[in-house]
Amino acid sequence: MKSNLMMAVAGLAVLMALAGCPSKPVLKSSGAAAGTAVPGGAGSGQNGAGANANGPGDQAGGAGAGAGTGKEGASAPVGVARLIYFDFDSSEIRPEFVSVIAAHAKALSANASIRVRLEGHTDERGSPEYNIGLGERRSQVVRRALMLQGVAESQLSTVSYGEERPAVAGETEDAWAKNRRVEFIYLN
Amino acid sequence: MMHIHTMISAPAPGWLPWLAAALACLLAPAARAELQIDITQGVTDPIPVAIVPFASAALADGGFDLAAVVQHDLDGSGRFRSMSRASMHAAPQHAVDVVVADWRAAGEDYVLVGRTTAEQGGKLVIACELLNVLTGQVVGATHFDATAATMRRVAHQVSDFVFEKIVGARGAFATRIAYVAVEGEPPAQRYRLYVADADGEGAQVVLDSSRPIMSPAWSADGQWLAYVSFEDRVAAIYVQQLRSSQRQRVSQRAGVNGAPAWSPDGKKLALTLSGSSGNLDIWVLELATQGLVRITNDPAIDTEPAWSADGKELYFTSDRSGGPQIYRTDVATHEHVQRITFGSSYNARARLAPDGRTLAFVTREGSDYRIAVQDLGNGGVRVLTRGSLDEAPAFAPNGLTLIYAGKVGGRRTLATVAVDGQVTQRLKADHGDVREPVWGPFTGN
Repeated sequence: MKSNLMMAVAGLAVLMALAGCPSKPVLKSSGAAAGTAVPGGAGSGQNGAGANANGPGDQAGGAGAGAGTGKEGASAPVGVARLIYFDFDSSEIRPEFVSVIAAHAKALSANASIRVRLEGHTDERGSPEYNIGLGERRSQVVRRALMLQGVAESQLSTVSYGEERPAVAGETEDAWAKNRRVEFIYLN
Repeated sequence: MMHIHTMISAPAPGWLPWLAAALACLLAPAARAELQIDITQGVTDPIPVAIVPFASAALADGGFDLAAVVQHDLDGSGRFRSMSRASMHAAPQHAVDVVVADWRAAGEDYVLVGRTTAEQGGKLVIACELLNVLTGQVVGATHFDATAATMRRVAHQVSDFVFEKIVGARGAFATRIAYVAVEGEPPAQRYRLYVADADGEGAQVVLDSSRPIMSPAWSADGQWLAYVSFEDRVAAIYVQQLRSSQRQRVSQRAGVNGAPAWSPDGKKLALTLSGSSGNLDIWVLELATQGLVRITNDPAIDTEPAWSADGKELYFTSDRSGGPQIYRTDVATHEHVQRITFGSSYNARARLAPDGRTLAFVTREGSDYRIAVQDLGNGGVRVLTRGSLDEAPAFAPNGLTLIYAGKVGGRRTLATVAVDGQVTQRLKADHGDVREPVWGPFTGN
């Protein structure tokens, strides 16, 4: 078993090198039985994928209800909420957020160089990986709404954090409602 | 520091003194623990055992109190009630020195005696015998080699020996768990992946990140963990060797990369991918070739794959019928998809018992999310937990116990529940939320 796995992973490394994939991080063993890998800090670039360097403070909106509280790029439209909320177990865009999405679509379609990441979130109830699916579905609904209004596909990316990054703590209906959201993260 | 908070509601008024004794001796070796253990419910008629302090090899074993760890393991299982040291009338260290009538009179069913002896080169030998007090027979004897550094592990192996001799099933004390701890208030949280002994001791950080870590999964040989990390602000799946901390990123495709599950032969990972279109489906990644095989192809959310013990089938969560339910398909042809769960509008995240006969999953009862098991033979379902936000059940390698994450007083904590529903215990973190526990495999002696 052990040797199978070792060979499998060694083989994988060789194949990835041949295929020109980004090199894998080699985490320092701290000598003892278990070392500690610390991603997300200055060393994250070695992981070969961290394109953006927003730093650890990229917390995107947080508990605030919406307008421009994040640290994201300067291209975000002024005075437009960057959070929209969803009903429980739903990925339908609520009527009050139709105009918010339209305002983002207008800004994005007017300048094709602007990039936005749509981050989907759920409340804490239920299974974490299934919630990743629900968060992805929410971010995709927003993505499609933006594309229908003229935004280029290449301007948009999505990520689902499921229940892993709540905006607020608490087991109340109010807290859960604030956590079921899609955040607009302007990347430039 | 070992924290033991025992909150036994119903049974045994007479066993508070031993608790104090156990607490006193366990507080002595100051090892930092990430988890505290509460027994919230035990069997109504636990088996009385006397774990007599082992003869120590003086300096060579570092004064390690092996019997205290055994006592703690057995009591923590909820199936035993160990005798307090204060009420022991004698401290025999060999089976021949045990006067069974005295222990019988004290109400014990079994007595464990043993000793640590030092040999050359720092080697220690731990030997013990278990006696049935009612028959006077030695029901088992065993010995282990150790060093001062491996005494705790050997203590868990002694616990496994006692458990197996009395209960008739393999113990899972000498195993490990992995879990994710989340500290800090939203939105500034810190995520750490830990590996610890099954009793919560010896916790080691495997990964430390300012971004979410999810879904740790053990390889069948216990040497590797797969997990999801958002350290690059997008989801990626890694496999990491625990001994060396070497890791490989095996999937960072567009969209969701989630729910890794090792195949029983260790060569493949089942995982969830969405692509940029956002449609989650189950795929199988062959680690040696990076070859990907699509297993499901449905516009619904398909996720949370779990392998059958023979590696021929995958169970997964899908909301193709409206809400999440558990389905099963065969890996080779993946043509036939069969729905497995019914009865609740929400059944998700299945895990199979080691014998393949029982499925554990999250189910919704009213507005509560709880852990249920389903007999795959007759379809019978039992809900095992009483929480409102219970999730992520995982079987112990002996199949007798499930570990899961529940929420108590605003904190996510780990808990275990016996699959027969008789024993529940809670493992509380010193701080932060603890979630997504997974129980490692047996790793031989």
